Amino acid sequence: MDKTINQKAWFLVLPVFLVVAFSAILPLMTVVNYSMQDTFGNNQFFWNGVGWFKELLDPSTDLGERFLASLGRNLFFSAVILAIEVPLGIVVALSMPREGWRVAACLVIMALPLLIPWNVVGTIWQIFGRPDIGLMGYVLNSIGLNYNYVSNEFDAWATVIVMDVWHWTSLVALLCYAGLKSIPDAYYQAAQIDGASRWAVFTAIQLPKMNRVLLIAVLLRFMDSFMIYTEPFVVTGGGPGNSTTFVSIELVKIALGQFDLGKAAALSLVYNLIIIIVCWVFYTVMTNAGAERRPVDTGAK
Amino acid sequence: MHSIPGRRLILSLFLIFLLLPIYWLVNMSFKTNYEIVSTMTLWPHQPTLANYMRIFTDESWYSGYINSLKYVIINTIISISVALPAAYAFSRYRFLGDKHLFFWLLSNRMAPAAVFALPFFNLYSAINLFDTPWAVALAHCIFNVPLAVWILEGFVSSVPREIDETAFLDGYSFPRFFIKILVPLIASGIGVAAFFCFMFSWVELLLARTLTSVDAKPISAVMTRTVSAAGMDWGLLAAAGVLTIIPGALVIWFVRNYIARGFALGRV
Repeated sequence: MDKTINQKAWFLVLPVFLVVAFSAILPLMTVVNYSMQDTFGNNQFFWNGVGWFKELLDPSTDLGERFLASLGRNLFFSAVILAIEVPLGIVVALSMPREGWRVAACLVIMALPLLIPWNVVGTIWQIFGRPDIGLMGYVLNSIGLNYNYVSNEFDAWATVIVMDVWHWTSLVALLCYAGLKSIPDAYYQAAQIDGASRWAVFTAIQLPKMNRVLLIAVLLRFMDSFMIYTEPFVVTGGGPGNSTTFVSIELVKIALGQFDLGKAAALSLVYNLIIIIVCWVFYTVMTNAGAERRPVDTGAK
Repeated sequence: MHSIPGRRLILSLFLIFLLLPIYWLVNMSFKTNYEIVSTMTLWPHQPTLANYMRIFTDESWYSGYINSLKYVIINTIISISVALPAAYAFSRYRFLGDKHLFFWLLSNRMAPAAVFALPFFNLYSAINLFDTPWAVALAHCIFNVPLAVWILEGFVSSVPREIDETAFLDGYSFPRFFIKILVPLIASGIGVAAFFCFMFSWVELLLARTLTSVDAKPISAVMTRTVSAAGMDWGLLAAAGVLTIIPGALVIWFVRNYIARGFALGRV
């Protein structure tokens, strides 16, 4: 674990640095440039200073209102799917069979939704939820629920959330499963000798061992739900009204729909900044957790 | 002790929940549009392959799959080959700015594609790569390269240092050590990283759609455009959807034993 100091390692990292810098720094410079200007088409630009940023954070303007509303919706969405997917993922991971062909079968089925292109995920749920041709929509309507995700806000939200649970719970479950697999049998035997209850085994052995992977899971799920675009866009198009318009959808609307480069760029920067801050918090927690893990924990009391 | 009460039931319900929407898509892809719209049938009563035939015979459809596979494969090769040495460096050495660099990479994995759509469009138009597989492949590097570095770093770290030292004592040069010893040792890790690069490049739509127009149009874009143009051809849409699931399903089968560890990014 003790690493040697070697500045020549930079040569090994250089290719990665160049590739990512080409894709990240150059475009970001364009964004910074645009965010300070206003355009009236024809490639004419006018200096606007921090005007867009002021507007963005002021809910009384059109831009600010749209941004803050979509940000609020997005945070709410992330909170809801985390609250469902993390516990559900843990339960599923605990329910996995121990060995044999069933494990492989479960893993393959669980990984399946993760490998479906995001627009196809949207299409699947768009079809599945339609009252006329979709199984879910048809069944819900025939048992007396008036379900229609196109016109009803609540139904649209429910559809988007169930879709995300369908799409990503497997990721949490697979991560937790990997964490559980790394627990040596001796821990369980010790717990059995001590007469530990099922709950005690979970809180004293399994949960601490899953800490690290759970952190990765929460990080990945938060980030990906915070920048979600394709799936809700295909299913609801951000509607009905603006009720499922998340930040990315709003951004693409402004950037590629209205070609309002200045506003879009300012929004992009603020959006990116939020992500970097959250990412930094997680990264710090994660590296600290890794450092604390060094002394071998004794497992069951 | 490992399991919880009622686990079979929970697991079965969850798997059914996962499979049901996919089943519905497959079911629909074998139906005629008339059957889809007029009745609610749990399996195709008049099964037809017409939807699939249309995709395999119409070039504007099947070229979409080829275009998608092109940029996915280019991207996977680029990502893995640049990430391997970097993963070794991060795993074995401490150097100026290593932690900051690692964090910067990570933050790029998390950057929303929507932010980059427009600047990428400008950038790749300016260097004449717009509407080629290379543009999409390079654009996808922004999230795949950091991910590959992250995964591979975990796998390299699980190789004991003594192996490096012994190899160098035996007179291996660095490149020869790398190719002859390290790469075979972490072969499964490379497989997992390649799987993830494949996966994230395959499922991404926004950048792929923004950076192509005609010649390199990916299948996901073909799907969205044709549907709006042709009214609603549900059967065809479902068949195209089913075909996009197949490459993923094949790839999963090959890495099934490493999936769990791979999703933990080699860090368990």
